[in-house]
Amino acid sequence: MEQQNESPEVAGGISVLSAEIAVALLILLIGGVVVFDSYRLGAGWSPDGPQAGYFPFYTGVLICISSLVTLGQTLFGKSRRSNKIFVEWTALKQVFSVLLPATVYVLGIQLIGIYVASALYIAGFMRWLGHYSWAKSIVLGVIVSAVSFMMFEVWFQVPLYKGVYDLLGFLGYS
Amino acid sequence: MIEDLGALFHGFAVALTPFNLLLMFIGVTLGVIIGVLPGLGGANGIAILLPLTFSMTPTSAIIMLSCIYWGALFGGAITSILFNIPGEPWSVATTFDGYPMAQQGRAGEALTGAFTSSFVGALFAVLLITFLAPMVARFALKFGPPEFFSVYFLTFCSFIGMGKEPPFKIMASMMLGFALAAVGLDTVTGQPRLIFGWYELLRGFDFLIAVIGLFGIGEILLSMEEGLSFSGKSAKIDPKIVIETWKKLPKYWATSLRSCLIGCWLGITPGGATPASFMSYGVAKRISKDGAKFGSGQLEGVVAPETAAHAAGTSALLPMLALGIPGSPTAAVLLGGLLIWGLQPGPLLFIEQKDFVWGLIASMYLGNISGLIIVLTCVPLFAAILRVPFSIIAPVIVVICAIGAYTVHNAMLDIWFMLLFGVAGYVFKKLAYPLAPLVLALVLGDHAENAFRQAMLISQGDMRIFFSNGLVGSVMALGLAMLFWPLISRLVGRLRA
Repeated sequence: MEQQNESPEVAGGISVLSAEIAVALLILLIGGVVVFDSYRLGAGWSPDGPQAGYFPFYTGVLICISSLVTLGQTLFGKSRRSNKIFVEWTALKQVFSVLLPATVYVLGIQLIGIYVASALYIAGFMRWLGHYSWAKSIVLGVIVSAVSFMMFEVWFQVPLYKGVYDLLGFLGYS
Repeated sequence: MIEDLGALFHGFAVALTPFNLLLMFIGVTLGVIIGVLPGLGGANGIAILLPLTFSMTPTSAIIMLSCIYWGALFGGAITSILFNIPGEPWSVATTFDGYPMAQQGRAGEALTGAFTSSFVGALFAVLLITFLAPMVARFALKFGPPEFFSVYFLTFCSFIGMGKEPPFKIMASMMLGFALAAVGLDTVTGQPRLIFGWYELLRGFDFLIAVIGLFGIGEILLSMEEGLSFSGKSAKIDPKIVIETWKKLPKYWATSLRSCLIGCWLGITPGGATPASFMSYGVAKRISKDGAKFGSGQLEGVVAPETAAHAAGTSALLPMLALGIPGSPTAAVLLGGLLIWGLQPGPLLFIEQKDFVWGLIASMYLGNISGLIIVLTCVPLFAAILRVPFSIIAPVIVVICAIGAYTVHNAMLDIWFMLLFGVAGYVFKKLAYPLAPLVLALVLGDHAENAFRQAMLISQGDMRIFFSNGLVGSVMALGLAMLFWPLISRLVGRLRA
């Protein structure tokens, strides 16, 4: 990841090259894990046919091969010297401005359940990223949550996750 | 053949109940909205709405869900032409000539052309399904495990042979899908696989979660990076423009027919709607006498990709119905629906579930007609959706995705996986790892493995069983040809040069 500073692009960012290498290595790692566990289970033959690890073992081997080839093509291929940018820092910041709130949101679901977390998430997103007034943001967040509550809990009777601390317990749906 | 026609009319009787007609209109409308919105598409839209159909009969459920699919196919064209933003990957090629037309004030003509040719493409594919699918299914009744494995093999090799992405990236993505499918309890031996003592993983990875994350969250992240600001042309379609455009369209019959064939071919072998639309646009540009003017607002340049995309999207349902092997991620989600409603996909469906199959096929005709009517009359409404700012749409879509992911198994963990798949989808898309092979491998992984194991049991581990008779041998050979197609075509190219 350090080489990217040498790239001449003014805007700067993560280069395609380092992203390719990182992803290929990650896939290689996953392939290795699959091969390892399949081998542990038994990737050969038992009297009653192929063992449980037989099919996944070769899947893992193919994952390793294809990631190694991709890695090789990236390192030694024509595109080696390209300074293409995978994502510019400013764009990456945009992406994280969605990804981080989304992560907090999912954590929120775990703690206080889908409905409350969704209302807070929509309101917060509109307020901080969309610069809407508090009133508008909160109203819309509550409306979306209330509509989904009616739809799932009341009409279709599909209960959704209420979280570790159920703040809506007083409504009688759990 | 005559027997099938009788069955089709019976299907119309099944599909034409008031309740099903209502579902059809709801489905198409929802579908167009899904197609217009960034981050929601046919595959994940249907995946999210799947739980709402559990209480319906399978026939009504599939009619509504498949109509969502038709709607999504129509919807992609609206954003491409009016906003120069393809709502769906298969409508990228529609922007090339559609948006210039809108800029010249010919948006109504472009939209009418796009919708009508979508309809023509879909109709062609539905006719093909009506007559070909029962024959394929009858033929497939004789299939044993080796034959089925060979068809799976061909399906996956076609991805490598037909894909635009680097072959080894396609393979990596596909094999990751197979590995994810293997996670959980092995149904044959009862051993847990690849869970590393994490017992919540016993349930395995559901492909619906992957679809919602990869296509939904991933798409939102991509749109965010581009910093979407919608500035579009407005359009109204009045009947006069429709009639005028319809008068022009017959001129392009050759382009239409060619695009239909390209679309059906790529839809049945899982190339999918996206490559079909590009290929059809490219071929039309090369052959048409106005080819040089393509890109400056030619109606023919809208007709070609739209016809092919719809023909491909529709004909992807043929292998799903006849063999139980879906040709696209959306077809895979519909197949997942069949399993949830308690139907066993595969050739027996045509015998055991006549009402269901023929009701669905009849609804394809009706759904596309109602789709055409809805999009022609309601374009301004749908275009207005895109004027809602992204900072409102984005969080709402994330919420919808989270709810959809949770309802699949009522598992909180799935929402985390959805987020993870979202990040993976974003990175994969940017690095040209295709997502469709991953999803299809995740869906079909268990089936392919079981077919392989059963074949191996029959032959006592002898691989030659896959070449033991003419049928299985030729399908395998075709698969191998597909697998090595990138190599073969490069060799041929070099020999010519």
